[in-house]
Amino acid sequence: MSIVQGTTGAWEMVIGLEVHAQVISKSKLFSGASTEFGAAPNAQVSLVDAGFPGMLPVINGVCVEQAVRTGLGLKAQINLVSVFDRKNYFYADLPQGYQISQFKQPIVGKGEILLDLADGSSRLVGITRLHLEQDAGKSMHDQSPNETFVDLNRAGVALMEIVSEPDMRSGEEAGAYLKKLRAILRYLGTCDGNMEEGSMRCDVNLSMRRVGDTKLGTRCEIKNVNSIRFVQQAIEYESHRQVEVLESGGIIKQETRLWDTSKGITRSMRSKEEAHDYRYFPDPDLLPLKFEASWVEAIKATLPELPDDKKARFIKDYHLTPYDAAVLVAERASADFYEKVVKGRDGKLTANWVTGEFFGALNRLGQTIETSSISAEALGGLIDLISDQTLSGRLAKEVFEEMVLSGKPAAQIVDEKGLKQVTDTGAIEAAIDAILAAHADKVIEYKSGKDKLFGFFVGQVMKSTGGKANPAVLNELLKKKLAP
Amino acid sequence: MTKLTDLTMTDALSGLTTKKWSASELVTAHIEAVEKARGLNAFITETPDLALKQAKESDARYASHAALAMDGLPIAIKDLYCTKGVRTTAASHILDRFVPTYESTVSQKLLDVGCVTLGKVNLDEFAMGSGGTSSFFGPTLSPWSGTDPAKAARPFVPGGSSSGSAAAVSARLAMAATGTDTGGSIRQPASFTGIVGIKPTYGRCSRWGIVAYASSLDQAGPMTRSVADAALMLKHMAGFDPKDSTSVDKDVPDYSSALGTSVKGLKIGIPHEYRIPGLNKEVDDFWQKSAAMLRDAGAEIVDIHLPHTPYSLPVYYIIAMGEASSNLARYDGVRYGLRVTGDNLNNMYENTRGQGFGQEVQRRIMMGTYVLSAGYYDAYYLKAQKVRRCIRNDFDSALSKVDAILVPTSPSTAFALGEKQEDPLQMYLEDVFTVPLNLAGLPGISVPVGLAANGLPLGVQLIGRAFDEMTLFKLAAALEKAAAFNSKPPFTA
Repeated sequence: MSIVQGTTGAWEMVIGLEVHAQVISKSKLFSGASTEFGAAPNAQVSLVDAGFPGMLPVINGVCVEQAVRTGLGLKAQINLVSVFDRKNYFYADLPQGYQISQFKQPIVGKGEILLDLADGSSRLVGITRLHLEQDAGKSMHDQSPNETFVDLNRAGVALMEIVSEPDMRSGEEAGAYLKKLRAILRYLGTCDGNMEEGSMRCDVNLSMRRVGDTKLGTRCEIKNVNSIRFVQQAIEYESHRQVEVLESGGIIKQETRLWDTSKGITRSMRSKEEAHDYRYFPDPDLLPLKFEASWVEAIKATLPELPDDKKARFIKDYHLTPYDAAVLVAERASADFYEKVVKGRDGKLTANWVTGEFFGALNRLGQTIETSSISAEALGGLIDLISDQTLSGRLAKEVFEEMVLSGKPAAQIVDEKGLKQVTDTGAIEAAIDAILAAHADKVIEYKSGKDKLFGFFVGQVMKSTGGKANPAVLNELLKKKLAP
Repeated sequence: MTKLTDLTMTDALSGLTTKKWSASELVTAHIEAVEKARGLNAFITETPDLALKQAKESDARYASHAALAMDGLPIAIKDLYCTKGVRTTAASHILDRFVPTYESTVSQKLLDVGCVTLGKVNLDEFAMGSGGTSSFFGPTLSPWSGTDPAKAARPFVPGGSSSGSAAAVSARLAMAATGTDTGGSIRQPASFTGIVGIKPTYGRCSRWGIVAYASSLDQAGPMTRSVADAALMLKHMAGFDPKDSTSVDKDVPDYSSALGTSVKGLKIGIPHEYRIPGLNKEVDDFWQKSAAMLRDAGAEIVDIHLPHTPYSLPVYYIIAMGEASSNLARYDGVRYGLRVTGDNLNNMYENTRGQGFGQEVQRRIMMGTYVLSAGYYDAYYLKAQKVRRCIRNDFDSALSKVDAILVPTSPSTAFALGEKQEDPLQMYLEDVFTVPLNLAGLPGISVPVGLAANGLPLGVQLIGRAFDEMTLFKLAAALEKAAAFNSKPPFTA
């Protein structure tokens, strides 16, 4: 929970999120037009999408299956009967004059989502519902000084609106919610979760109350917050704005606000009084959506292992910390990569290398796991050289950098550069003897109680062996030699 | 010599097969009739060139013994059906220059069996009306003029909303026409003009490509001069369409095989509740007479109850207008149809819709918007849906005891142009006998049984079980035979 300290006391945030997730499907929710991103304007518009006279919607079964899959992934109640309603309003990019949505009877009911927080703890957030609806088109006001252009490619594309309970108490939790939801959607293959392309969009509902209060305050809905970072910034801004209003004796009006990305503020879009009356009613062109429990069970049987289960398994099987496990399962690709590398290797050591050096390199080079120049096999090869004590941790990092640059396998680099760790006790012993002989005075000092000099001797031996001496062997031998 | 425009479809077909006449001759005779009868204002768009081209193709098929089921029969299409390359207006200014790039499923099916299309016929704007008077292209006139000298000065309406279809078929301009029926728009004009009209079971015909008025009530159906022709037409209009989620995947029977079969032992229900206070005496007489004719043919007449009937009219208007207010939202001037510009988007909407829609359409959009509004939805729309369920249950329970129900089609004969214009409620009352079965989704057929004292035709209506059009055709044919209605309107082209 993050507290906003006002001048009159401490305030608590109450946050609920509404996410619009574009369903992965080849065609639109009620027409056969393509959904592919990036086509020329109005290239993917059917007569149904454009609202021509006499055109009728026909439900796309794939979208229904995707919604059910998502519902199952959110451990939610799946409604075997749901109803499509018309949400009526006028806008130039809404061809039918209504959006087909689900109002009273959504396809998915109550579910839950487990947040992984930065300190390694978890928190359960309720899902209120998930429903299917059509997306609208896009109005473009910047193409001409006195005309608006409309692109209907997006009109009719299937969206899942996923509504959370007002269970979140901080921007961090809101961010964790979005990350976890995105991970689940991507694991399921029901939405690509790409907020930049707009295939996942978020509205934030936020109200404030004094710490200890149980009654909810009046909320504002913030629209158009299209990245996790912006969601957190908008919450930060809006929570302080509301506290300021409340503390100066004002009241929060229920309203819709817009997040202004460039200014970093929220501003009023329309008040409750100005809100549309959407005149919802069941769409008479569509029959209630009905399916069998056995069909839902069949879909359930095809669900992949989801992040929470995977995390639990990683902790159990590979003895990882909850934090490391959460980092690894956040993306299916990283979890898969980890599992490839860890096969027959130490879980913790592998996790350290995957989340540490490897992710670091990807970040630095702007690469993804798919485009990375280092394969799971290559990274595994390097880890093997650490495990068999060929390389020390420090040497291994050097070799890794070389792998990143040259793409060569670790063993080859070790050979070529002669970086092999020296574990031959004779060679190390000789090096120790030479150093101790050269620093007889220091040996006397050490023996008279100056323990700190041990590190000095280690450093000198390492220097003389070019860093290749096995640190463990060196330590052991040195202790023996210096023993009284 | 046979007058080609007087033929029924079944007779015309046999003449085509035996080469008594060619499709081109048949079609030409009808094109000439259409031209002569322009005073009725039955057509919004005539397509003679298209018709002649189709007729030639039809003749070629007859010549090569590849004739289709309805090859060469000239029909008219209600201008609510979208027709590829032919202007489709819904009788509204807002669509008066709209040319679809697609053909409605039902009209395509008729083209596929060789029907020739003479053009697009007039209707009440967006099918909203019971007189054929709300069209942007002006009212349709009935070919009937009646014998009442007091009313001789004013023409009569053919009823509505399928006004052009009724006028064209009764005046012998087309052998048949497609209609649509949301609350009586096929049956009431059929009754007013002395022809046959059937509204099939909801889901029997595809609604795809037909401009929507009230989606849960709209159904396509034929209007013809005989029961046999209606059976032929419906067979080729009906059928499942994957493009319409509300169409039903059931085989279409050969309705013609029901004609002339015995009605002996069939039970016909006479609902007590249709004997409304102040029911026109003559309408009541024709109702009784029709029951007697069916009894004489071997059917058994039974008294039944449909207790929720009195709520039908308000329930119908709430649901129809609610749906219409949403269905007509797409006519916004953005993508097609009329656009009247304005200072901003809302202005453009107001100007376009204010000028594009006529008074009756605007009235229904406003009332429909009201009944769906927050705070009123539960009291109106939701309540109406519940009562609709009760009405449906009434019919279900009645039709578990009887095979069909016999009622009047309309509360009176046709009214004169200008009558019932000032008070829209008077017009809405026209639908009192026709709307209940739209609410229940059931089929109903109107059959002409005679002329009233004023010289105007009157029909009665048979209501059947869902998807049991066969029984309706059987009974309608028996009634048609017994009534032997063969009066022609004073005006025929």
